[in-house]
Amino acid sequence: MADKKDVEYVANLARIKITPEQESSLEEQLSKIIGYIDKLKELDVTGVKPWRGAHITRDVFREDKAIPSEAREEILKNSPSREGDYFKIPKVIE
Amino acid sequence: MKDLININARGLAEKISSQELKKEEVISFFEDRIKKVDPCLGSFIEKYEQPVKGEGKSLLSGLPIAIKDNICIKGKKITCASKILANHIAVYDAEVVRRLKCAGLDIIGTTNMDEFAFGSSTENSCYGATKNPWDRTRVVGGSSGGSAAAVAARLVPFALGSDTGGSIRQPACLCGVVGFKPTYGRVSRFGLVAFGSSLDQIGPITTDFTDCAHLLNIICGHDHRDSTSAFLDVPDFTKSLNADIKGLKIGLPKEYFGQGLNKEVKVAVEGVKKIFQEKGAEMIEVSLPHTEYAVATYYIIASSEASSNLQRFDGIRYGLRVGGQNLEELYANSRGQGFGDEAKRRIFLGTYSLSSGYYDAYYLKALKARTLIRRDFDQVFKKVDALLTPTTPTTAFKIGEKASDPLSMYLSDIYTISTNLAGLPAVSFPCGFSSSKLPIGAQLIGKEFDESSLIKLGSAFQSCSDFHKEIPKIIDE
Repeated sequence: MADKKDVEYVANLARIKITPEQESSLEEQLSKIIGYIDKLKELDVTGVKPWRGAHITRDVFREDKAIPSEAREEILKNSPSREGDYFKIPKVIE
Repeated sequence: MKDLININARGLAEKISSQELKKEEVISFFEDRIKKVDPCLGSFIEKYEQPVKGEGKSLLSGLPIAIKDNICIKGKKITCASKILANHIAVYDAEVVRRLKCAGLDIIGTTNMDEFAFGSSTENSCYGATKNPWDRTRVVGGSSGGSAAAVAARLVPFALGSDTGGSIRQPACLCGVVGFKPTYGRVSRFGLVAFGSSLDQIGPITTDFTDCAHLLNIICGHDHRDSTSAFLDVPDFTKSLNADIKGLKIGLPKEYFGQGLNKEVKVAVEGVKKIFQEKGAEMIEVSLPHTEYAVATYYIIASSEASSNLQRFDGIRYGLRVGGQNLEELYANSRGQGFGDEAKRRIFLGTYSLSSGYYDAYYLKALKARTLIRRDFDQVFKKVDALLTPTTPTTAFKIGEKASDPLSMYLSDIYTISTNLAGLPAVSFPCGFSSSKLPIGAQLIGKEFDESSLIKLGSAFQSCSDFHKEIPKIIDE
């Protein structure tokens, strides 16, 4: 990557607002990092299957049974803004 | 009481159960020590006024333990050393915390780390860097740097960390203690704040292999709340302590002893090799040919998983909220101000690797490289029982030295990350000191779910070395 446009594009995808200074330092650092990881381009992976890493040897099922959740009040207490039992957010529908 | 720092955790627990010492005496000894010493180090994020008390019984009952601040303890703050989690209170216990409580251990506080475990120096913490107890101008390693420093300085008998690419082993190495990353699936990740879900594993940081084996006995085991938790019985790891290692075959991967390896580190690791040989183990040179692709593969996979896992921090249900005109702005402002620089870099790199147009070239390619890296290990483990390598290419670097060069920081993980990609168990343990008295660590890598061989080998080494008994002098005592 790492022209200005790429950084802006990714910032939008990741929903992260950055300052102009952060934008130029990200541009420089990410270019360097991507330059390094481009090393993978030289690796021949023809016919190799991707591996996601887990050693799961069987499907993990559980009974379809309702169990009590963690305390509602404790969860809501962590909210930066609430009204009663709701999380409060800016208006979404015009 | 000062000599309590010379006794390992198991020894302290024995003294408590034989009533030579009271549990309260031991806890207040370590609490006082934290008060006195930690202002010089900054290894704790929070030291509790009252420990979170355990209730059950085990061979470690009554002892205090510290927990990395990315593991949930019900009713306590969990910060991940990030501004975005400011004042968040955990609403449930992690499975490892439940297990510690059932084993009768008291949690006395949470330790410093790189934000969300992103880093190799504990400099990326919103609370500031932890200082190395052996030389306070140097880093402790990371990301479990607070836990490693606290154990090295004997502020706690032991601690828990988490390891995604070396985050237990590398700081344990740079601080001169034992840090164990179990096989992926051995320890439940339930209640561990997710970084790279296919790589993360919780593990113990201790002063020796005896404590390591005892703590592994407590934290390992199946948990239905982690869908990748292994359906396997856990052996009694203490049975492997000081067992015979005669006839064990140990591989030395040549890629881990090449360019970039500091000479003093190399000599110290060769010392381990010599002791293994004297005890009847057979050393064999082996090759892991895809090692050179591990760092690139890791940073694509780990960052991709991180960018996905960290989507949940949006300022709505918990954590920092920075307002905006609409929902989109609120997300972007909260995340822009809440995440530190390294977290932003990883999220950007991961989002980029997963974005349409780059997915095949980066993420998918990395998953295929991961297959090849795993195959390398499968091949060598047909011939050997374990691998011996250095843990890091150098001893602890200076605080600030690599902070402005993220790539050189990433490359300091070169010997630890392959095992996370392959899901294998590995441990770092002290094997010497540099001429400037900085700890050097060696790493043992094992077959899947064969933690026992590593404990056998590590404890065999420690039965004829004293490096793990050396304690840094931090303040005048």
